[in-house]
Amino acid sequence: MGRSQSLPRGGDPRFGPDADDSDSPILHVDMDAFFAAVEVRRRPELRGKAVIVGGVGPRGVVSSASYEARRYGVRSAMPTSQARARCPHAVYLPPDFSAYTAASRAVMQIFRDVTPLVEPLSLDEAFLDVTGARRLFGSPAAIARLIRRRVADEQALTCSVGVAPSKFLAKLGSTRAKPDGLLVVPPGQVLDFLHPLPVDALWGVGERAAETLRRFGLATVGDLAEAPLGMLRRAVGAASAAHLHELAWGRDPRRVSPEHVDKSIGAEVTFDADVADPLEIRRALLALSAKVGVRLRGSGQVGRTVSLKVRLADFRTVNRSRTLGVPTDTAREMFDTVWALYTALDPGERIRLVGVRVEGLAPAQGAPRQLTLGAPERGWREAEAVADAAAARFGRSVIGPASLLADRDSRRKENPPHP
Amino acid sequence: MKFRVERDALAEAVAWTAKSLPNRPSVPVLAGVMLRVTDGNLRVSGFDYEVSSQVTVEVQGDADGAALVSGRLLAEITKALPAKPVDIAAVGAHLELVCGSARFTLPTMPVEDYPALPEMPQSAGTVDAAAFATAVAQVAVAAGRDETLPMMTGVRVELSGSTLSMLATDRYRLALREIQWRPDDPEVSINALVPARTLNDTAKALGPLGGEVTLALAQGAAGEGMVGLAGGTRRTTSRLLDGANYPPVRSLFPATHNAEARVPVSTLIEVVKRVALVAERTTPVLLSFSADGLVVEAGGSEEARASEAMEATFTGEALTIGFNPQYLIDGLANLGSQTAMLSFVDAFKPAVISPAGEDGEVIPGYRYLIMPIRVSR
Repeated sequence: MGRSQSLPRGGDPRFGPDADDSDSPILHVDMDAFFAAVEVRRRPELRGKAVIVGGVGPRGVVSSASYEARRYGVRSAMPTSQARARCPHAVYLPPDFSAYTAASRAVMQIFRDVTPLVEPLSLDEAFLDVTGARRLFGSPAAIARLIRRRVADEQALTCSVGVAPSKFLAKLGSTRAKPDGLLVVPPGQVLDFLHPLPVDALWGVGERAAETLRRFGLATVGDLAEAPLGMLRRAVGAASAAHLHELAWGRDPRRVSPEHVDKSIGAEVTFDADVADPLEIRRALLALSAKVGVRLRGSGQVGRTVSLKVRLADFRTVNRSRTLGVPTDTAREMFDTVWALYTALDPGERIRLVGVRVEGLAPAQGAPRQLTLGAPERGWREAEAVADAAAARFGRSVIGPASLLADRDSRRKENPPHP
Repeated sequence: MKFRVERDALAEAVAWTAKSLPNRPSVPVLAGVMLRVTDGNLRVSGFDYEVSSQVTVEVQGDADGAALVSGRLLAEITKALPAKPVDIAAVGAHLELVCGSARFTLPTMPVEDYPALPEMPQSAGTVDAAAFATAVAQVAVAAGRDETLPMMTGVRVELSGSTLSMLATDRYRLALREIQWRPDDPEVSINALVPARTLNDTAKALGPLGGEVTLALAQGAAGEGMVGLAGGTRRTTSRLLDGANYPPVRSLFPATHNAEARVPVSTLIEVVKRVALVAERTTPVLLSFSADGLVVEAGGSEEARASEAMEATFTGEALTIGFNPQYLIDGLANLGSQTAMLSFVDAFKPAVISPAGEDGEVIPGYRYLIMPIRVSR
């Protein structure tokens, strides 16, 4: 959602709802200012106001901003402090993920009523392949209109839809249609649509790559398409060059796969103020490991590679990872590993952010488990499974590592030690 | 410095020393080997602050002195020399090496910058070189390679009277070897954690020379924190690992077992290697024992599969147990007997492999414990 600002938009009739959609069966549906819209829906008094959802701490960032707030230049991923400077009168709300998850589930269900080929990308966007749904519901553009109507009627939310022959074109389409719009890219006009766009409209071209490409004189997707491959390779490397060249000619063979499998599961935390105290880092890593463990077990997976991310006060970022002999899903093993990695790294500087991630995921069911010498038969794995069960019944706050108690209830810090 | 030396003696001495040189030396002089001639003896030495090695060779000395040259280069040159006497002389900042019609000039490094090698610790006793090499190999195979768990990368050496015990574990298997040796002090009681790679490399190099190896380990005396191994005119010292908190791993061997199998070692190794071709990195080979013998299987229902049956004598209730194939082969390959005795408690408890004689009786002295892989949750 952060990219929409860089794209030109407009009501070009070639790409309007009535353009030829017969060979454009891929839909990208993107909810408009999703978190902010969910907040406005449950508090009608906020309608028409600048609403900003995001971290409210000193280092929070904006997760979602209503279009009223965007008018003041507020963007998602912007530091909240900057948003406050630009739009001091906005209503600032901390994110309520359970509400957004519920709304997301309802919206995704509407998509699944149309086609089983739904590939969610995040809470607020999904790809749909409607090839098989045409006989039931009509042309892709008609299906897009149906979805937009149902989301508006049933969920009181708006969304934008791109209709195109391939995934990345559909995604570009929805971005250009925002907010509350519909854009169709007919197969015959893919290049007309694509080539005038700036290079950073392409997937995989970030700020830095766009800068590099511009230095090579490649400003638009059209420039990139016509550029010799050798030059492109020198600019962005062989792998990216081939990929970008394909995209620039509108070629994207990826299919909509409803079985979206996570490649990794991770969590990170930015400290309110840079941290030097190893004990505080240790607690943060313990909490992050616990969080990742819960998500990993919840997804029924185990992972082989545990990685640590450390961002220093000067924004240098260091990643370290270790592949375990035995895949794990226990917070304890993850923590032991990241803590060993952290100790070996010994940054010796103030730290801004730490993260824990598990990669090399495989289904836990039937996964062989190498037993360890001297470990009790019922160990951390079983203890954490019990904790999951307790948390499912009574909430996450009832159980967790003891050394994190002080974080939960700051009053305990002031309690005198027991005699 | 000027001397004449036999080609083979020189090549062996340099190879032995150059082996322990660091790949990326912290200071350039550590990439060198030191050649020092005194009274008709050439001493070749190398050091990387952790491990030092030194060997003495008889030479025909014309002038005493010392020179420091690149160990890797000298090792490659001496290996390639023809079988003729070698003349070596230090000339200014160079080393001249002449062998037959071949002539080499090597730059030298300043001798005075080279650190002093550590003294050998006090001798603790001696052990047969060949038996020691075999025993170390049997144990070192179970040591860990993960440098972030340094304690697991060592072999714990326990000297207790006339018994020399060695233990190593990477938490997934555990090897224990006990042999007899000749302590200097019959009441000796010393424990040390020796880096497994250095111990194995050194014992393997000293073994074929025959004779005795002197084990130098001092407690509460000069050379504490070091281990020394000497055989013939060769000696190696190494810094010890911190083993103060080494877990009491001996107690992990199950006190009793419920089932046991006797299998021909070489057949089982072949079968496991074949079947394991379809096993992925983290998937086990499954061994199913019953009165009918043994079936070894690997692979999943949707992947490639393999199975093979073989003869085995089994007593106890039929049992299927999974192992990492490499761990299993490591244990079997180092047994040193034709028959293996495998003992089990159940499919989730440690299994123990021991060598057995023709009669099926366990030969005491070596045990290799292996943790199973649990297949279903």
